[in-house]
Amino acid sequence: MFEPQIMCFLCKWCTSAGADLAGTSRMEYSPSGVNLTFMCSSRVDPQHILWAFENGADGVLIGGCHPGDCHYQTGNYKTLARFVLLKNMMRQMGWEEERLRLEWISAAEGRKFVQVMNEFTDQIRSLGPLARHHSGDGNGKED
Amino acid sequence: MRRIGVFTCHCGLNIAGRVTSMKDLVDAAAKMPEVVTAQDYVYMCSDPGQAMLEEQIKKHGLDGVVVACCSPNLHLNTFRIAARSAGMNPYLLNVANIREQCTWVHSDPVKATQKAIKIIRSTVERVRGSIELNPLKIPVTRRALVIGAGIAGIQAALDISQGGYEVVLVERNPSIGGHMAQLSETFPTLDCSQCIMTPKMVEVARNKNIKLYNNAEVCELTGFVGNFKAKIKQKPQYVDPSKCTSCGECSAVCPVVVPNEFDMGLSSRKAIYIPFPQAVPSTYTLDEDACLGLVPLICGKCKEVCTPQAISYDLEQEIVEEEVGAVVLATGFDLYPMEELGEYGYGQFPDVIDGLYLERMLSASGPTHGEVRRPSDHTVPKEVVFIQCAGSREPDRHKPYCSKICCMYTTKHAMLYKHRVPDGQPYVFYIDIRAAGKDYEEFYQRAIEEDGVQYFRGKVGKVYEENGRLMVHGTDTLTGRKVEIAADMVVLAMAAEPSKETERLLQMLKIGSGSSGFVQEAHPKLRPVESITQGFFLAGCAQGPKDIPESVAQASGAASKVLALFAQEELFHDPEIAYVDEDLCIGCRICVGVCPYSARVFDEEAGVARVQDVLCEGCGACIVSCPSGATSQYNTTDAQVASMIKVAMGEADV
Repeated sequence: MFEPQIMCFLCKWCTSAGADLAGTSRMEYSPSGVNLTFMCSSRVDPQHILWAFENGADGVLIGGCHPGDCHYQTGNYKTLARFVLLKNMMRQMGWEEERLRLEWISAAEGRKFVQVMNEFTDQIRSLGPLARHHSGDGNGKED
Repeated sequence: MRRIGVFTCHCGLNIAGRVTSMKDLVDAAAKMPEVVTAQDYVYMCSDPGQAMLEEQIKKHGLDGVVVACCSPNLHLNTFRIAARSAGMNPYLLNVANIREQCTWVHSDPVKATQKAIKIIRSTVERVRGSIELNPLKIPVTRRALVIGAGIAGIQAALDISQGGYEVVLVERNPSIGGHMAQLSETFPTLDCSQCIMTPKMVEVARNKNIKLYNNAEVCELTGFVGNFKAKIKQKPQYVDPSKCTSCGECSAVCPVVVPNEFDMGLSSRKAIYIPFPQAVPSTYTLDEDACLGLVPLICGKCKEVCTPQAISYDLEQEIVEEEVGAVVLATGFDLYPMEELGEYGYGQFPDVIDGLYLERMLSASGPTHGEVRRPSDHTVPKEVVFIQCAGSREPDRHKPYCSKICCMYTTKHAMLYKHRVPDGQPYVFYIDIRAAGKDYEEFYQRAIEEDGVQYFRGKVGKVYEENGRLMVHGTDTLTGRKVEIAADMVVLAMAAEPSKETERLLQMLKIGSGSSGFVQEAHPKLRPVESITQGFFLAGCAQGPKDIPESVAQASGAASKVLALFAQEELFHDPEIAYVDEDLCIGCRICVGVCPYSARVFDEEAGVARVQDVLCEGCGACIVSCPSGATSQYNTTDAQVASMIKVAMGEADV
């Protein structure tokens, strides 16, 4: 069976703390993702997402605080705007836009983090591996 | 070439028992680029673990360390302190979270091991790109802002002021005291609430270190730990507290009668009033919403009779600014509205009331002078049913959590009712009795044994009216019988929920709340009186339902945290912030608009944007918005992120 690879960009204050809570509560979920924690989801550059896809990710999850709850006041709204634009771009590149997912997961929502990871893994699994257009050297830096 | 060490913690069996073997992790780490030593240890956070880390840093001359262990929220600081004492810059050390975000959540050891290696590998990349940094020094304003002046806020303010620092205490109501001032007697000792509360209220009024703003709310709070600026909206009181003698002449002539909210509407008050006799400040206040009209002036009677000339109608709302270094949130709770519980007949039947309503009736200084009278016909109720968990512990329809105080206050209510109405019979429907405080179980037993309170373990299905009485249908799950009681009055132990003010402040301050809407503490066990946002401390029911002793203890805890903060000569600000490569900056100023903290400023002369270091919170939003790539973040550069992504997703090594 195809085992997808998911790159997860999580904000430190909400979603990463939610992922920590899932751990503390010993919940079980798919090991398809590797987390990279930023101070805020607004530090996630659309380029980072493209680099992840180039380098082997079949799906990318961005996790931020719920609207109105951003630790930095409005960072998650900036993330949302960038996310919408990037989804457009993915369509133009011929990639399924479902491969990119944005979720608001609070520090108290360990269970939601688990649900999202499991659901998203199943979804990416049904989409199959990402068809990459070029091999490239994939270090991303020249983008 | 960097010299990096990787130290993998077993965490007993929490990590070691859930990967294929620790050796697999260490062997993989040893092969990572620029790694000169890879070790494992049973508990890295233990003293010997830290000593080992220090020794290895010195032995190998390390200039980069990855500790693969639990969440960085737990021990990043521990290891950075150890690194510093070994002579390495602490910002060259990072934590790979392989416990909470790996071994604890994946039961397949092979997959957990593979993922842990990727996490360690990407953390090595972060460390490879990290540079030495030094914390920024910032000054501390040694004044505290306490928001909310219930028992928790009062206690925190008194403790901080006793430590020798000034306190700005803000209360939205005309008087301080909060819910505790409304209570009749308190469990488990049956102390009169006012009697133990008012000395503290008076102390607040007399304390020269406490600056009290009543009828006020915080409308803006900017800055950061040690250096906050608060804007306080002071509603006009129309009565000068320095002149008012509380003679009450004004109230006597006022023609407007409205329900008194302090008495839950059981009594009435005038438009110019004092909320209760022991109010602090002890000044009459004019409720402009209730008054017949100030602009244009309709009545003006109160001013005419005011001998000391304390009343002035042409006052306006004021915004006052205060500088403070720490903030205590003590904004308390509200009772969950009874309207939400239709099955218990609130709204339909006037004799269905909530606990606070009964408190006012039981209070000797209350509207009935301590007599229990049912609202519909003012007769003395002879059979009273108390329903616990009204709105609590019902995840599907209401609040999922236990409101914690209701078991004990219902016991107290039933007992006090019996003391007032010796020939009456109290019944209590409960799910579980939670009497875990000191002397609480004994109090509950006393209610059963001495006062004959009858308890039914079960829920009430419905309440309806028949022949002027309230028919309560419930079950007693211990005997399996249906219970039907014809009651004269029903008292609902409503769930406690975050107060409206708590909700407003959390939104305004962007402070985290838990799933139930109460303020989230930094750690549920180890940092229970502070928020994860530095400089904010928590006291009382704003953090979750709690009784008076707990609220007071937490308030004193928060105060001691504030005092510890003020005892520092200067504070340190995280240096992992944004910076600008001025050669690349095109002066577009997008970053200036993006920054929520006004940390990004444009230097007109040089034509470039800069970062005001101490204002930058390191969110990184400006970096992404920078079109020329001039802005980056210390130790989270795009180059670091690129290589972290590559190793996290790729099979091959960089």
